[in-house]
Amino acid sequence: MSAVTPEPRPKSLMLHLDGVDKSFKRGGQSIVVLEELSLKVPTGEFLALMGPSGSGKSTLLNLIGGLDRPSHGSVVVDGQSIDSLKSSELTRWRARNIGFVFQFYNLMPVLNALNNVALPLMLTNLSHAERRKRAEIALGIVGLGHRLKQYPRTLSGGEQQRVGIARALITDPKILLCDEPTGDLDRASARDVLDLLQVLNRDLGKTIVMVTHDPQAAECATRILHLDKGRLIRESGSGANP
Amino acid sequence: MLEQVLAILMFSLRTVPQRLGSVLTAVFGITGVVMVMVGVLSIGEGYKKTMKASGDPAVAMVLRSGADTEMMSGLSRQDTRIIKDHPAIKQVDGTPAAAAELFVIINLPKRGTGTDANVPLRGIQPQSYAVREKFEMLEGRFFEPGRNELIVGRGAVGQFEVELGKEIQVGANRWKIVGVFAEGGGVAESEMWTDAGVLQSAYRRGDTFQSMYIKLEDAARFTAFKSELIRDPRLRVKVMRQTDYYAEQSRTITTLVTALGAIIGTLMAAGAVFSAVNTMVTAVAARGREIATLRAIGFHRVPIVLSILVESTLLALAGGLIGGFIAYLLFDGFRTATMNFQSFSQVTFAFEVDAGLLAMGVFYSTVIGLIGGLLPAVQAVRSPVADALRSE
Repeated sequence: MSAVTPEPRPKSLMLHLDGVDKSFKRGGQSIVVLEELSLKVPTGEFLALMGPSGSGKSTLLNLIGGLDRPSHGSVVVDGQSIDSLKSSELTRWRARNIGFVFQFYNLMPVLNALNNVALPLMLTNLSHAERRKRAEIALGIVGLGHRLKQYPRTLSGGEQQRVGIARALITDPKILLCDEPTGDLDRASARDVLDLLQVLNRDLGKTIVMVTHDPQAAECATRILHLDKGRLIRESGSGANP
Repeated sequence: MLEQVLAILMFSLRTVPQRLGSVLTAVFGITGVVMVMVGVLSIGEGYKKTMKASGDPAVAMVLRSGADTEMMSGLSRQDTRIIKDHPAIKQVDGTPAAAAELFVIINLPKRGTGTDANVPLRGIQPQSYAVREKFEMLEGRFFEPGRNELIVGRGAVGQFEVELGKEIQVGANRWKIVGVFAEGGGVAESEMWTDAGVLQSAYRRGDTFQSMYIKLEDAARFTAFKSELIRDPRLRVKVMRQTDYYAEQSRTITTLVTALGAIIGTLMAAGAVFSAVNTMVTAVAARGREIATLRAIGFHRVPIVLSILVESTLLALAGGLIGGFIAYLLFDGFRTATMNFQSFSQVTFAFEVDAGLLAMGVFYSTVIGLIGGLLPAVQAVRSPVADALRSE
């Protein structure tokens, strides 16, 4: 009898961009930022987007996150075509499905770590106690369970970014969008943050799309896409490629 | 929704110390607007209140037909006798409560400035006290009929160079002030009173009067009283309620003051709106990235707009309350005298900052706050989130 090796189950598609164009009008001229861009990201992938400044990687991230709309083409996230949603529907959709991690953390300076993390839960019907409990768990996951009451100004850059990641995780989003998450950090802090993102991807199965300039940061991803002048020019694997 | 509005509002209010200068500029701008407007309008309120206190709906005034004021009127003794016989007039101690009076204007220096002011001098009859039920002697004594003696209203004592015991020159004679009276805060307190007979001879008025004040048995009989006098073929008179007469007298001043208040208020409010807009634009600009972050993580536009509007309204309200309070401290009860354009004589009155004016000031500041917050609020939610997220 010969052993039958089962076919690996195909992964579902978390993200599908098809023929996406994005252009802006400036001074009567149309500036093309993204051109005929198509992309598929399976669920659970950690994708790094690299490219020089102005290559369109942040614009691409904004389109995926529903912060901007394509001029042409479609953006489908987990089966939902988001370019057809009305502005208010898109806002609701973002709250449920997307976790944002920003380069400069974008924490509320007047809130402590716990309340910053609990902020997105204000948009839910959860009780105050439940929100607090979940925020404590999220801060525990990012290794800041002992810094709940600290305000952003009293935290290091790496700690602030981990609070930002906890805030992005708190609603259990389908996808994490990270815009230069290590761009403002020293090497050691950047390493901690990247390790954390890898853990979230590997252990919690979060799909992550990360924009970065840093080749070492990109190495943490399972796939790296290179953009230039609004086009995908190259795809490479990485050290983290399973 | 409310929780979101309060949360965003709290983020913003906690940053007030960092932008204290611009916040205080807006608050004090609105303080100034409300203070000046309430102050100006309190003049009209005070004047109106004085005129209102002067009227008694059961008191009728009779002037010559065609005369709008006592100054322009003239009644003969025969006229006054016919009128006094009317059965609708209240009887006090067996005598009709109806007084024929004279009204002249004399020049007296104003206290403080020393400039001449037209002060009303009224010639009255004994029945005048019965007509004016609020009359009260405060100091001294009544004048003696037939003598050059005066009693003066307490408003006149405060505003003009007159006081108990002093003698003043009226026409060719010197008159002694023998008493000070009150009359319920009404316009009569700006006047000086003497014996009508003495005043007739001093001013060579013969046996004529200018007006009659009549206390009716019942205020409801006024209409019948009026029509009967007007229909009487022996008389050519105009009859009106005392309340209507003073309401008419106060109209010019109150209209003028209200218009002045509105113009000043509108001009200052325009400046205050700019100040509020500036403050809120600064606030929104300083928090541009925070607001964009909130929008990115799923906060809707409405709570963001509402929180900005609530903040600007709260700041404006603070300004309005401070302005109203200062106006109350500075102006309420401040006594002055002004020209009554109908009688060409001075009326003393106190500025009146009442609850209605304060409520109006607070309402006005709220409107300024709402208008001031609207533009920055709309601007905050219309700017592209993606751009604002990267703003400094």
